Amino acid sequence: MIERLAELVNADAALVRRGRFLTTDFLVEVGDEPYLVSVQDGRIASVTRGDSRDRPWRFAIRASAEAWREFWQHMPRAGYHDLFALTRFGRARIEGDLLPLMANLRYVKEVLETPRRMARRT
Amino acid sequence: MAARTEPIIGRYVHLTLGGRPCRVYFEEAGKGIPLLCLHTAGSDGRQFRHLMNDPAVTDHFRVIAFDLPWHGKSTPPVGWENEEYRLTTAAYVEAVMTFSRALDLDRPVVMGCSMGGRIVLQLAFEHARELGGVIGLEAADHQTPWYDTEWLHRPDVHGGEVCAALVSGLVGAPAPDEYRWETLWGYMQSGPGVFKGDLYFYRADSDFRDRVGRIDTRACPVHLLTGSYDFSCTPEDTLRTAAKIKGAEAAVMEGLGHFPMSEDPARFRDYLLPVLDKVRGARA
Repeated sequence: MIERLAELVNADAALVRRGRFLTTDFLVEVGDEPYLVSVQDGRIASVTRGDSRDRPWRFAIRASAEAWREFWQHMPRAGYHDLFALTRFGRARIEGDLLPLMANLRYVKEVLETPRRMARRT
Repeated sequence: MAARTEPIIGRYVHLTLGGRPCRVYFEEAGKGIPLLCLHTAGSDGRQFRHLMNDPAVTDHFRVIAFDLPWHGKSTPPVGWENEEYRLTTAAYVEAVMTFSRALDLDRPVVMGCSMGGRIVLQLAFEHARELGGVIGLEAADHQTPWYDTEWLHRPDVHGGEVCAALVSGLVGAPAPDEYRWETLWGYMQSGPGVFKGDLYFYRADSDFRDRVGRIDTRACPVHLLTGSYDFSCTPEDTLRTAAKIKGAEAAVMEGLGHFPMSEDPARFRDYLLPVLDKVRGARA
């Protein structure tokens, strides 16, 4: 799912426009697998597996593979339907510098929700 | 006039709150038992527009919603530009009771959502004999905070955008897009620091765990309704609260979130109308 993020986001002109003031790198951890998401002016420039000191990130969102699987359902069940629902119930953690996240919160939340569109098609 | 108009009428009433003159906006529709509606933190009375357009409600109830000072079309009191707005339990109770008395409402049923759901518990505790009952939507006597309110009002984060983005997930997943976004628009329109100031009441000045057990539901019936998708005031928070209030009735609304009346009015009325029937039956 997360590997498709660039394709899903970059095809959505309204979403890219919402993120046009954001250029940053953030980490999404799916279980034990970290993915570095590189955002350039609202477009997803790359999603690469792995986390290394050579490629710093501003903030990280970490959750189990199971939590993300539920989060990415077309109609997620209660408690798995929102980033803060995940954190509220201890199913996700947010770390690092929260300013770019909070200043672009709608954008980042919607980016993370784009894989739900794949679920709709299947 | 050929165009469709709604039966809602809006007016302004002048009240003295906290010793200061306040110009308070309210809307109403319908005739019958006064149903006084209290909006959520950081929003305004427009959240109740669907109830005011529903004859199943307005045939029996006079539905009234006012915007708290600082909210919606109610102006902040003179001098606001140098103050930090902070709602307190005392100020909130004063606002509701002063408004109700100003309009000569006879034992109104007070229905509030979220922070409005919190304050109705205090109203039932403190003013039971003046009220005809309370309906708490997404209501609990206390709940655990889930984010830092400092993000809500600072120059490097847009307040309207962040308020809406923080609460967006509190809308139930099945809610129709039209009403999901209208609900969030209300949050985007709130004045700087107003949502944060409301949350001062909600988080720091309204732990009612010590008193809800003393609410007399024979004098003031208590109904609590909470959406299954609400992770701020969870169904467990509400059911725990209801269990402490002898005679209180509580239900979980499947598929709804934290803003039932505005996010998914069709689904909400299925849960609300039976409660309103009980209210009428008890009143008859």
